Amino acid sequence: MSKIIDASGLSCPQPVLMTLDAIKSGSDGELEVIVDNEASRENVVRAAESKGWNVFDIKDDDENTRIFIRKG
Amino acid sequence: MAKNFFSTRVGIIVVGAVIGILAAALQKLGNPGNMGICVACFERDIAGAIGLHRAGVVQYVRPEIIGFVLGSLVAAYSFKEFKPRCGSAPMVRFVLGVFAMIGALVFLGCPWRAVLRLAGGDLNAVLGILGLGFGVWIGVMFLKNGYNLGRSQSTHAGAGWMLPLVMLGLLVLMLIYPQVPEKAKSGVLFYSLKGPGAMHAPLLISLVVGLGIGFLAQRSRFCTMGALRDLILFGQTHLLSGFLSLLIFACIANVALGQFQLGFTGQPVAHNLHLWNFLGMALAGLAFALAGGCPGRQLFLAGEGDTDASVFVLGMIAGAAFAHNFGLASSPKGLGPHGIAAVIVGFAVCLFIGFAMKKRIAA
Repeated sequence: MSKIIDASGLSCPQPVLMTLDAIKSGSDGELEVIVDNEASRENVVRAAESKGWNVFDIKDDDENTRIFIRKG
Repeated sequence: MAKNFFSTRVGIIVVGAVIGILAAALQKLGNPGNMGICVACFERDIAGAIGLHRAGVVQYVRPEIIGFVLGSLVAAYSFKEFKPRCGSAPMVRFVLGVFAMIGALVFLGCPWRAVLRLAGGDLNAVLGILGLGFGVWIGVMFLKNGYNLGRSQSTHAGAGWMLPLVMLGLLVLMLIYPQVPEKAKSGVLFYSLKGPGAMHAPLLISLVVGLGIGFLAQRSRFCTMGALRDLILFGQTHLLSGFLSLLIFACIANVALGQFQLGFTGQPVAHNLHLWNFLGMALAGLAFALAGGCPGRQLFLAGEGDTDASVFVLGMIAGAAFAHNFGLASSPKGLGPHGIAAVIVGFAVCLFIGFAMKKRIAA
């Protein structure tokens, strides 16, 4: 079960900060990050990839985007 | 979904280059010196044009600003990114906008103009950019300690249309009451007869350039404050590459157009009080960092339906009125009579906001 980070309604840099905090806090499994705008989606993906994590799935619904990342 | 080219490294460099070249061209076509584009100055000119302040030399409805918002709106709709949202501490954002403008007018320019001033050879801008970095650094300290303005919520599409409609309204007013030579007023609008407000590129060109930049900046998330913030906060250079691209290409364009003049003195719409160039921009940088975007980015966010960013924009326009009515704004002659007091009050307010807004977000 992956840890869920709900960054919906937040704009940069909060979603990235929350994602990096979770990565730093020793999460070595998978993370699911929920964002609700494209800029945040791009920023979270960019930040995760810079830390050597891979995006293995992205799911969009009407309101939110769920980004699934795991350690590469 | 197709990858957004403008969100790539090459994309943001292209956008920075386009903005730099167009800014230099706008100056050639009539905009004030080293002010091809200045979001703060241009919002201040709009405040003057509608009579919120009566500084006769800075009154003109700048079509670039209208274009920024509407261009972003078009881009947001074209790519299904129009997301009307509201409710992330709008009152705080208004106050941050007020002091961002006051700080910018002590320096005489927003981050965009700081870069364009440097690109034109104005070395005073170095102090401004260092100050911007210092202000953003303070903001980053707050961000690291949990500062945030809380979540926004989705709202009616009509709410997201409010600032774009205001901009459309300003454009309509300009068409109903166009500038009349030698007249300081046309209908309800004020038009400067001299000074920076009297210097402008043709309306249609300014508007089209504004629309183009608004479109590209929405796609690329171009942000001058974010460039420094992401570098300090995450060590990321993505937005910074757009910022540097703007500097380099504006500089090349200025040299090519014969607009480059190196030095501290005799620079257009500038003073050389180093400490206040630094501190004015530091205040603006702190306010932008706490509000999550430079003044340009706030306009682009407003075009995407972010009404909290719209409130920040209104704060900046109100701040311009305060700055000129209270004698806070600098001029080429030096500081306004109450500029120093305003910077001190501004720092006190922004630090209070930084310390006070630390509500925990439940993950």
